[in-house]
Amino acid sequence: MGYNCVVLIKQVPDTKRITGDVMNDDGTVKRSALPAIFNPEDLNALELALQIKDKFGGHITVLTMGLPAASAMLRDALYRGADEAILITDRRCAASDTLATSYILSCAVKKIDFDIALCGRQAIDGDTAQVGPQLAEKLGVTQITYIEELTELEGRTITARRNIGNGWQQVKATLPVLLTVTGDANEPRVAAAKKMMKHKSALSPIEVEQKIRTENPDAGEVEIKELAELKCSKLIEKGLLMKQWDLDAVEADLNWCGQSGSPTKVHRIQSVVLAAKETRQIEPSEEGISGMIHELINDKVIA
Amino acid sequence: MIEVNREGEVWVFAEQHEGRLDDTPAELMSKARHLADTLNVKLAAVVLGEGLEDLAARLIQYGADKVYLAEHPLLRTYQTNSYAKAIYDLIHKHAPQIVLYGATVTGRDLAPRIASAAKAGLTADCTDLQIGDHTTPKDKKVHKNLLFQIRPAFGGNIIATIINHDRWPQMATVREGVMPMPEPDVTRRGELVEEKVTIAQPDLPLEILEEHRRPKKVDLKAARIIVAGGAGVGSKDNFKLIWDLANCLGGAPAATRAAVDLGFIDHDHQVGQTGTTVRPSLYIAVGISGAIQHQAGMSQSQKIVAINNDSEAPIFGVAHYKIVGDLNDVVPKMIKSIKEKSVKV
Repeated sequence: MGYNCVVLIKQVPDTKRITGDVMNDDGTVKRSALPAIFNPEDLNALELALQIKDKFGGHITVLTMGLPAASAMLRDALYRGADEAILITDRRCAASDTLATSYILSCAVKKIDFDIALCGRQAIDGDTAQVGPQLAEKLGVTQITYIEELTELEGRTITARRNIGNGWQQVKATLPVLLTVTGDANEPRVAAAKKMMKHKSALSPIEVEQKIRTENPDAGEVEIKELAELKCSKLIEKGLLMKQWDLDAVEADLNWCGQSGSPTKVHRIQSVVLAAKETRQIEPSEEGISGMIHELINDKVIA
Repeated sequence: MIEVNREGEVWVFAEQHEGRLDDTPAELMSKARHLADTLNVKLAAVVLGEGLEDLAARLIQYGADKVYLAEHPLLRTYQTNSYAKAIYDLIHKHAPQIVLYGATVTGRDLAPRIASAAKAGLTADCTDLQIGDHTTPKDKKVHKNLLFQIRPAFGGNIIATIINHDRWPQMATVREGVMPMPEPDVTRRGELVEEKVTIAQPDLPLEILEEHRRPKKVDLKAARIIVAGGAGVGSKDNFKLIWDLANCLGGAPAATRAAVDLGFIDHDHQVGQTGTTVRPSLYIAVGISGAIQHQAGMSQSQKIVAINNDSEAPIFGVAHYKIVGDLNDVVPKMIKSIKEKSVKV
């Protein structure tokens, strides 16, 4: 009994907390200066998976495609209660648009036995909400997007409430399904101290390698490789080595990955500069305000 | 995907629920009309459902040259798979060069499923669309007359122009409210093309148990004047000031996400990236600091008045009239002044 869940998560720059420190003098944003965080709605997706596990049992795998630094977010997911974490990292993933990303993720998810796949509704860096539905199509499973409540799970049947913008909808489907979860669905739990103790030394192989390089600056490539292998085998014994896959491991067709797999390309990027426009300052006095209202009436802005 | 097809039409997916046309197809129509004219091709609307011939006539009045009408009992209610399959089949039959969808929940559920099946590009939540040329950096090849898909990214801090030069159709979802709604022209004539689609029960994996759609409590998109309050208003009680000012101007009350989250007013009144995008004649921002996510939803207003006690508040950057002061003092003065002036007139 129980349900196997795979939760697709993404590490994103924190676009919601833009302060003076990350602004350039010209009013644009220094993107690299933004802290990297667990995409907020992906936490809601993980929480929903944890609630399913609490109630019915089962296994939760978290999966991300990203830079080696995304390992930190995978550890965070383990602290919160995920059973297994997988990092897909490969330079050949770079420049993937949503279509290529969903293709790579689908290759990985096909290697995992799942009943329910969960994604956040959208990520705060791109706000596209496209990868969930595209992944569902590639996996050939039913999608239920914009979930605000999981109403019932019984046998192979799931009932859920969707936010449809100007109202809601209650739908029923047969597993396997892919759900995209909104921020209203739940309040994500925080990391559990016990799980944190257990997983705080968990590393991905690429982190092991980076660590060995820093600790042995004079070591040659062969030595680093040996040291890394040794360290990895020790971590495996303790169950602390996170899985890491590259595009070969997920058997992805390279034509559909990265730049070549991405039909959409960036033509131009413009930074938004806050300011411009001719601003007139109005005194907060009766005369000042009355003058402004008079002008707005004259300009026929106010009828 | 389909091959690059310069003769291909421009399509707009005409979202409807129970025979009621969503606002987005009409909003998209004026922009799409312009794109089609620039490319010298026809503009077509695509309608799926049952018993919808009168909708087809309205879409022509809004600017379509052609309406593809696919009627089937199993298309009566929207479902991802059935709609995706029907539109996918139509795309492969007619090879349009551009397909546009409203970025509603339905559009954002449907379009990526089609894009994935078609292995074509899709850009989400565009705020503008243009036709232009693109040079690929590698081979310096010039691709003429592509769809420039323009959208904010990175929480609104950058504006990206996206193109798709080889795996067509060029598809985009377009944010609600960013394009003005055209006036229907009752004299316009167009062509109705009835399409046969093959849909079977397995294309409907969902059972829809219950559905509630309610009209929004306020139609911010239609309001000529909007008075919006932010967290600076302080309390739900004090938000009455916003209602009062809106009432005496015949305008609509609105709010920032922060004010909505604080429970000052219902979400239907929210302006900004996660709320409604508005472009009224007059926008009065009261106690709003002006986060970029809010500005994204209101900076196109024709005249902006901002009231804030912080003279450095970013909202002043987009304001035409800047009033630095206590809103509890300024707003009553405005109400008084408006009432006096309207008596005189």
